[in-house]
Amino acid sequence: MIQVREVSKQYGAKTVVDRLSFTAKPGQVTGFLGPNGAGKSTTMRMVVALDAPTAGDVLVNGRPYASSKAPLREIGVLLEARAMHPGRTAVSHLLALARTHGISRSRVDEVLDLAGLSAVAHKRVGAFSLGMGQRLGIAAALLGDPAVVMLDEPVNGLDPEGVLWVRNLLTGLAAEGRTVMLSSHLMSEVSLIADHLVIIGRGRLLADTTVADFVTAEGVRVVTAAPDALRTAIAGPGITVTSTGAEELLVAGTTARAIGLAAAGRGIPLFELTPQNASLEEAFMALTHNAVEYEAAR
Amino acid sequence: MKITPGGVVAAEWTKFSSLRSTWITTGISVVLLIAFGMIASASFSGDSLSAVDLALSGSTLAALAVGVLGALLGAGEYTTGMIRATLAAVPRRLPVLWSKSLVAGVAALVTMTAGAFAAFALGSAVLNDAIGGLGLRDDGVLRALLGAGLYLGLVAVLGVALGMLVRSSAGAIAILAGLLLIVPGLAALLPDSISETVTPYLPSNAGSAVMALTQGDNTLAPWTGLAVFAGYVVVALAVAAFRLKKTDA
Ligand SMILES: Nc1ncnc2c1ncn2[C@@H]1O[C@H](COP(=O)(O)OP(=O)(O)OP(=O)(O)O)[C@@H](O)[C@H]1O
Ligand SMILES: [Mg+2]
Repeated sequence: MIQVREVSKQYGAKTVVDRLSFTAKPGQVTGFLGPNGAGKSTTMRMVVALDAPTAGDVLVNGRPYASSKAPLREIGVLLEARAMHPGRTAVSHLLALARTHGISRSRVDEVLDLAGLSAVAHKRVGAFSLGMGQRLGIAAALLGDPAVVMLDEPVNGLDPEGVLWVRNLLTGLAAEGRTVMLSSHLMSEVSLIADHLVIIGRGRLLADTTVADFVTAEGVRVVTAAPDALRTAIAGPGITVTSTGAEELLVAGTTARAIGLAAAGRGIPLFELTPQNASLEEAFMALTHNAVEYEAAR
Repeated sequence: MKITPGGVVAAEWTKFSSLRSTWITTGISVVLLIAFGMIASASFSGDSLSAVDLALSGSTLAALAVGVLGALLGAGEYTTGMIRATLAAVPRRLPVLWSKSLVAGVAALVTMTAGAFAAFALGSAVLNDAIGGLGLRDDGVLRALLGAGLYLGLVAVLGVALGMLVRSSAGAIAILAGLLLIVPGLAALLPDSISETVTPYLPSNAGSAVMALTQGDNTLAPWTGLAVFAGYVVVALAVAAFRLKKTDA
């Protein structure tokens, strides 16, 4: 289990993670989503105590990670940037990590085999392709047979066979009762593996939900001259209104008809009133639209 | 299965021995030590230096090579990104610094002690006729040869500390070269009165005192010198430990 509790991280004056809280539970795959620069990698580094939170704390299996007697048994991680020396062979890299915990040589061979790297075990890591490096990173994450597996963009650079391998591996690990967390920008990818979704933007929690709920939470897109007045007009139990632009709202929990009537009753002009049958990807974009850090010029 | 101090040392040894640069740099250090010792022993004919001083005349360059070995080991963690895997496995962090220092220090101590004895044996074999030969039983000879190994072992540890501290190979090597080679030169530019008091305490001068058979007026006693040098190493390690513990990896 990973518990992130009111965690903030500042680099200089910039707040990269802002009072973020969520829990990744055992037996589930938690998808960690957000646009570029949302703070996913930063959060993951704080989970394994590589970066210290400015405020708040993180618990891994109920304890601060650094206090663990067998850290590799608690959690295995694949981080965003390659964390290996290009001059070492795959075997030496894994052996060096294994020795810290007295993990046997046979376990090293086992994870190499699992990752499909046995044939290149004695090749230097510097000569590895992006995908092979990624596989070695995943092999390293599994070394200690950990209760929690946390992977930052694991399918990055993998071929279709590799993507399928990761998918099956992670669902298998969760089925064994382990906590699995993976980050991605791609909702479509994550929705195939994850049960639980944690979506962040600019370091803040945007949604903590399930894949099923996220799809049905779609709702109605409304464009209006008076978004604040409309908010008050339609407010009610079970109705959530998200601002997706200066004049745009995404309303969930009610129908386009009810919104139209409420607006007419108050004399609020509507420019658009569209039930959203958006794909997961679109729903994700709508949710994170305002929280996009780096956007292409249009 | 859990972290043990021995496990972290074993892991650091695996990292150290699995890099080609380790073997190349160690090889170069030994070759420099022996080759310079032999050349100096064969060619020098003055009366200011003994056979041991001549045999160990490669020690300055060997110190640089061994320091580079340590610096590459320490800074390499950061320049390659390996540090993230290392610290995720050992989140208490400090055992990594201690173990890395131990591995680099002992490896340099063993190879450089052997190198010093080899340089003395081979240097004696080709010794210039004008110089009196010495044996291992002669006064100070063993101390100088063993001291050379200890000094060079400590230089490797200094390299590790600087590498972990500045997190850049080029930066660490520059500081190391500055401390060992350039600082003594700069001190010579100071007014004589100051220079004479300061010079014996400079890192390379203090450390070399243990290797010198003939003590000048302006050098520390052998073991005092080595202790002073060890003091510098401890300070560098302490600062590196502080940064390692306190800052984000
Ligand atoms: N060490 C650092 N110093 C300063 N700023 C940093 C540092 N690390 C990350 N940042 C900033 O923090 C923000 C969040 O970065 P982070 O890598 O966590 O995002 P991310 O969600 O993983 O993005 P991506 O999807 O592109 O991987 C970015 O704006 C980044 O520039
Ligand atoms: Mg990232």
